[in-house]
Amino acid sequence: MVTILYYLMTAFIAVLLVWDFLKRKNWQEEALTIIVLIPFLLRLLRLK
Amino acid sequence: MKDSTLRKIALAALGAALAVGAGLSFYRSRHLREPIVPGPSVARVAKLSEYFSGIKGSVNDLNVYVLEGKERGGAVLILGGTHPEEPAGRLAAWVLAENAVLEKGRLFVILSANRSATTATRLGGAYPPDFTIPTAWGGQRFRMGDRWSNPLDQWPDPEVYIHYPTRQQLAYMDVRNLNRAFPGRPGGTLTERTCFAITELIRRERIDIAIDLHEAELQYPVISTIVAHQKGQDLAALASMMLSSNEGFAIGVESSPRALRGLSHREIGDHTDAISLLLEAPEPFLDATRGRTGRDLLLTGKDEFIVRAGKRGLLFEKIDEKGWPIDVRVGRHCSAILQILETWSEDKPDRAVAVSGVPRYAEVIKNGTGAYLKDPKTAAAGKTIFYE
Repeated sequence: MVTILYYLMTAFIAVLLVWDFLKRKNWQEEALTIIVLIPFLLRLLRLK
Repeated sequence: MKDSTLRKIALAALGAALAVGAGLSFYRSRHLREPIVPGPSVARVAKLSEYFSGIKGSVNDLNVYVLEGKERGGAVLILGGTHPEEPAGRLAAWVLAENAVLEKGRLFVILSANRSATTATRLGGAYPPDFTIPTAWGGQRFRMGDRWSNPLDQWPDPEVYIHYPTRQQLAYMDVRNLNRAFPGRPGGTLTERTCFAITELIRRERIDIAIDLHEAELQYPVISTIVAHQKGQDLAALASMMLSSNEGFAIGVESSPRALRGLSHREIGDHTDAISLLLEAPEPFLDATRGRTGRDLLLTGKDEFIVRAGKRGLLFEKIDEKGWPIDVRVGRHCSAILQILETWSEDKPDRAVAVSGVPRYAEVIKNGTGAYLKDPKTAAAGKTIFYE
């Protein structure tokens, strides 16, 4: 049960990061957001 | 299209490429198949779920290689891969399963006691994903693995890990450490259920001795030793004396502490009739002061920074420019297992476990570990190849 909750939280944060990426105006902040997003995606895809 | 939109598309594509590249690497590492050609005495290959159905179908529903002798005798369990990042243990178990000829008794060999932990490497540790043992037929590749179960199989970790049944508080990540979760429990985490299944195997098969194969960093005081439950201290002491005088390497004996819970040498001895022993060989790869954490260091055990630490008196085991090659570490485990079996069999002839065909320390160093790994492509016709 707690594992499902953690996956839901991971998905929620990933969505927030994508939304944040779309709102950013500075390329360095955009790049940083993309890098932060990668481990969340890899966990959601059950790769890492 | 605006410049900012184009930039976002380019950055997103770059991020996707990074994620795909990393993801493929992790996927390949997790799914690398390690072949094993069962040796002449392997009578059957059981699944761990035969002893506890709660593990059935999981990543830790392990292969148990059951070697049977011509004569009745005792039973011994060899655990390799409790900590897969200590590869000499897995390799020594591999050598046993592929080469041992049982004359008397039964030998149960597990190559990947925590198979989940073989499918991940240390987060932030820059471990190689795999390593290759050279053989005459080209080499056999193994997953590197980690000390703890893969978080993909057991997640999240608690703030504090409370060991069952003692309720001792342990470090949070040790909730995924197989050697902190014995004796296990049926309704627990994957790691606890795996321990419970192994404990059930020991009970049902009337195992006399359980030998858990490990390696340790040179900065750790419990090294080059046999850690023995109080039931096995005489056996360990005699085996240690024989090894130290006959084989050309020193190995000590440590008493299993009663106050530290969850370890195989403590809980298996407390919760079953078996004598529990744990063997530690030196592995410089694990030392905190190491340099580059690559395949070379894993297999040669050579590292100038650890040598410097040794010169400053910071280590509990000697090291020089020759390092601690994998063949030396595998050879130590092979000889220690054989000596324990011989010592036990002399003392308890009705429960003897007599083995031949397994190389000793000097032979493994001379011929290399790879000389004792079987080529799955040239295995005898009709021989079933198993995968770890």
